[in-house]
Amino acid sequence: MSRQRRDNGNNGDSGGSTLRRSWRRPHTLLSGTLTGLAWLIALLACAPLFSVLYMLVVKGGARLGTEVFTELPPVAFEPGGGFGNAIVGTAVMVAIAAALSVPSGILTALYLREFGRSTRIASVARFCIKTLTGMPSILAGVFAYAAVVLLTGGYSAPAGGVALALLMLPTVVLTAEEALGMVPKATREAAYGLGCTPTQVALKVVLPEALPGAMTGIMLAVARASGETAPLLFTALFSDYWINQLGRIELMEPTASLAVLIYNYSGMPFENQIELAWAASLVLVVLVMLFNAAGRALSTNQGRDRQ
Amino acid sequence: MQPRALRELESRASVARLPGPGERWFDRSFRGGTRIVTWLVVVLSAYIVWEIGSNAWPAMQTFGPRFLSDSAWDPNNGRFGVLPQIWGTLYSSLLALLMAGSVGLVLAVFLSEGFLPRRVEATFRYVVELLAAVPSVVYGLWGIHVVIPLLRPAANWLHEQFGWLPLFETSLSGPGLFPAALVLAIMVLPTVAAISQDAIRAVPDRMREAVYGMGATRWQAIGKVILPAAGSGIFGALVLGLGRALGETMALAMLVGNSNQISLSLFSPANTLAASLALNFPEAGVLEAQALMYSALILLAITLLVNLIGAWFVGRSARRLEGRS
Repeated sequence: MSRQRRDNGNNGDSGGSTLRRSWRRPHTLLSGTLTGLAWLIALLACAPLFSVLYMLVVKGGARLGTEVFTELPPVAFEPGGGFGNAIVGTAVMVAIAAALSVPSGILTALYLREFGRSTRIASVARFCIKTLTGMPSILAGVFAYAAVVLLTGGYSAPAGGVALALLMLPTVVLTAEEALGMVPKATREAAYGLGCTPTQVALKVVLPEALPGAMTGIMLAVARASGETAPLLFTALFSDYWINQLGRIELMEPTASLAVLIYNYSGMPFENQIELAWAASLVLVVLVMLFNAAGRALSTNQGRDRQ
Repeated sequence: MQPRALRELESRASVARLPGPGERWFDRSFRGGTRIVTWLVVVLSAYIVWEIGSNAWPAMQTFGPRFLSDSAWDPNNGRFGVLPQIWGTLYSSLLALLMAGSVGLVLAVFLSEGFLPRRVEATFRYVVELLAAVPSVVYGLWGIHVVIPLLRPAANWLHEQFGWLPLFETSLSGPGLFPAALVLAIMVLPTVAAISQDAIRAVPDRMREAVYGMGATRWQAIGKVILPAAGSGIFGALVLGLGRALGETMALAMLVGNSNQISLSLFSPANTLAASLALNFPEAGVLEAQALMYSALILLAITLLVNLIGAWFVGRSARRLEGRS
């Protein structure tokens, strides 16, 4: 609409239908070329995702069967096998990480938004958390190695859990804080007006309202943590065995994880192991995408409620 | 509200009352508890730096600043230096940023200046966000089995034709700097695209209306008004993308080749700080572990600095555009 009017003004001398857009005019031509180029680049940017997904479905899907979920990793020239222990290990370590980071993250967010919003410690904490967001994940592993592995004397699931918790914490805090901030002020005032204490306002009025938003953050953090490899390399290491041996759950032993399995098998010269790495990647990506989608669904529902 | 609750409300004189002593005690201790947890987060952040720093301290005393300029990594003779790793980190990250930055910027403009119907725009944005959801180890696997075989013929043709250029000095035999940087670019792209989109969207519509009203075409408006207005935020997006690229570990550890050499060639194997940590730490002896802690400290310092600069630019851009609208 606006373009037609513009061309009308400039095109007055050429006669004929002045409202028509002419591709011979350099401006239009340049604009059209650039738009075409932008389309091309946008499609190009989406290509890697489709290539990855295609490879996962073709290579990973070919190997996917019930045995990969129930069997242990194979040794060098052995056919078959699976990565059941790695799925359990990933679940255990992400659960440890969530148990550490979610409560502390929510409490921190409550302090940052509800109780101590403009205190000095709140701004220092906010700065620290934003800095933690950008910390390379390998450094979380280095820290957990120094702080947990050296202290307890061995590679273990809790060491991996601590490293993952460090990576989850900033996401949990920042999204929870944002969700708390979206609760209307009038809701708080109404609760205060009835004589609620600040804690009652926060726990019974504001937090339930902000819960879907906070859950989105938790889901995204869990999704990220399940796919992390670098922090586990020298905290949980890897293991070819189940986490429960002889009926006991051995948390303080090296623990397998899907991500480290993919890393270990990706460079192996054995076809069987590489196939397993693709199958494990497919399982891992499906897992991560499910948590992502869950988080997304929660946040869109919340948006709909508000409207 | 349900009628039953309404009746209950009406039957009472008032629902409001002062909190009892028990409630007040709980309030005080709960608030104190959240304060303590917040303190713990601060202490934890300091503890991370202290823990890495104190483990690196012996190596810092042994090697001193020479660690930064030495290019040997020789556990057998106890000689350690990280110049090749620093070189590889910067080279691969900047190369990745060059690719991710140009594509990300075009993508950000394309997805926020009304080129597409809303629904298509949202789909595109979702696809780009999903790029960030794929774990880096999966990108590494994909890089080994898809990207490297795909690039090898082209890389070797370039090497044969233009081998006299330092960029194409070597042929691509397996892992190498360029495939690593390409995969890194794909991983950084969502960060750059998302943050620059925010910056472009923050440009007030009145500025757009004014420039369109003067008869500019869409691309003139983008090039001459919208991008300069969002410039600070876009720069911040690039710097934050750089911060991500510098610290990215797995894709590089799997694709870069773990070779401590300084070369301009795009196809020669190299190493980065993060990748050398991942590759060497599990089997390191005492002295090597200390040296690795030292390089972890250097990585921490570099990423911290870059992220702070990026966050500052993004914040400045948002504040400015807010003030303008």
